[in-house]
Amino acid sequence: MTHSTVDHVAVAALSAEDLVVEVGGRRILDGVNLTIPAGAFTAVLGPNGVGKSTLIRASLGLQRCSSGRLSVLGRAPREARSEVGYLPQRHGFDATTRLRGVDLVRLGLDGDRFGAPLPFATRFSAAARARVDQVEAAIAEVGASAYATRPIGELSGGEQQRLLIAQALVRRPRLLLLDEPLDSLDLPNQVAVAELLAKLSQSQEVAVVLVAHDVNPLLAHLDRVVYLAHGAAMAGPPAEVITSESLTRLYGTPVEVLRAAGGRLVVVGQPDAPGAHGGHQH
Amino acid sequence: MTPHLQLNLLVDLRVLLSFPFMVSAAEAGTVVAVLAGVLGWWVVLRRQSFLAHTLATVSFPGAAFAVLLGVAAAWGALVATVIAALVLASLPVALVGKGPGTSGAAIGTVQALALALGLAATTWYHGYAESATALLFGSFLGITSTEVVLLALIAAGAVLAITLIARPLLLTSVDPVVAAARAVPVRALSTIFVVLLGVAVAEVSQITGALLVFALLVMPAASAQALTASPARGLLLSVVLGIGIMWTSLFAGFYAPGIPIGFWVTSIGFALYLSTQLFAARRSLAAR
Repeated sequence: MTHSTVDHVAVAALSAEDLVVEVGGRRILDGVNLTIPAGAFTAVLGPNGVGKSTLIRASLGLQRCSSGRLSVLGRAPREARSEVGYLPQRHGFDATTRLRGVDLVRLGLDGDRFGAPLPFATRFSAAARARVDQVEAAIAEVGASAYATRPIGELSGGEQQRLLIAQALVRRPRLLLLDEPLDSLDLPNQVAVAELLAKLSQSQEVAVVLVAHDVNPLLAHLDRVVYLAHGAAMAGPPAEVITSESLTRLYGTPVEVLRAAGGRLVVVGQPDAPGAHGGHQH
Repeated sequence: MTPHLQLNLLVDLRVLLSFPFMVSAAEAGTVVAVLAGVLGWWVVLRRQSFLAHTLATVSFPGAAFAVLLGVAAAWGALVATVIAALVLASLPVALVGKGPGTSGAAIGTVQALALALGLAATTWYHGYAESATALLFGSFLGITSTEVVLLALIAAGAVLAITLIARPLLLTSVDPVVAAARAVPVRALSTIFVVLLGVAVAEVSQITGALLVFALLVMPAASAQALTASPARGLLLSVVLGIGIMWTSLFAGFYAPGIPIGFWVTSIGFALYLSTQLFAARRSLAAR
């Protein structure tokens, strides 16, 4: 299910040229070159600590680029903000969070605007009704209508994740950045959320860029993968990038890609970045 | 004053409201109940109860030193809590932090210091016992109508301010990372909130006393959030429950003199909190 029809004339969703990003004096991204076409479904892969989250943060304008160029939808990251949806890495809302899913999605629409919605505004304002409809539409698209009015803390991880995707999607962004959206989910939910994102990428014409640990739940849907290593990156169609030859070249050490039963890929021998320990994110 | 309960609500209320000081107390009580209901809803959502309680405690030395210097206690409380709010808000997020697992050591330290300073000030002041009790546990006597107007103006300003920042503050409270990515000034909003909280607890402490601000600030809000997860309904319910607690307490305090009003506010609030928590627990069990 690849989008071979992606319009190459359209402005790239994300493009980096010789991008260098330093965090606390350490070079995390060091000369990254990559292009993610508009509307593409892309996974950012690589071992812990190679700068996957840093790439996302830089794309949001939360992390300064030391040198090189990073453009988001053809603009500087900060200027593209209104057209970018973002789902940070998280560990779920706990049971005492007393807010409904629908409130959470609504924050994606106008949570950055000052003031408060007037009570009963939908009775006399068409614009207010349109906003409510927009929220409901986003919730319906992720299939969360049945539980959107329940307190978010009482929902399962998969249900919470769908609502958060609706939150990121509600403003109709052209680029969706997701940091490990599958991380805290069980396998059936990983597959379901991957399918949902692939479907949204097509129906909403939004480029989806997600950071992932494991490529397998995504493999059937991906247009492109970005592999990060030692600050550098390699991008392209999964079949070209996830091979023993290209990963060995990228890491400069023997890496083997094995194809297990059912088409699952197993990458053996990729080194963790120096100084990176489990769970440490940049 | 020896009012006797007639067990006829209208008659009893008429007797109560025939005393001008009770009218002022009811007005002031309503004002602080509204303010506490609104701010309290945010405190519970942001899990900053400990911070709120510490700010309230700071109103004690503030008011005590003001009395010592011959200034109105209310102003002393207000200045002290706003300064403490600015100090606590400037601490690294990890120190003030919300949610379980974050250290409350810095906040607790400020709280202990506040109690010690208040104790010192009330000891130097000759009327030690009475003034300390009133400042710590509240009193509804002696509120003038001028003070009520001032209370109402400050409360209106605080509620207006929090309404203006409501949406971005909600986003910041629920998801600071997304808020930052959307260019919402997370740090500034959190500071503004803590300062507004400082103003609110200084006001509320005028009625409930420094140690029992918590009762009016957190109990109605936590009860409201147990009943509804909708922000609009939760805020409204929090205010309504706060007013209910306040009026019942003033009524009880008037007909049972000698027991500080803080006792009534706290025990009625506690009963409400307990029953709403039990209700919510039963409902969530039934939903499973």
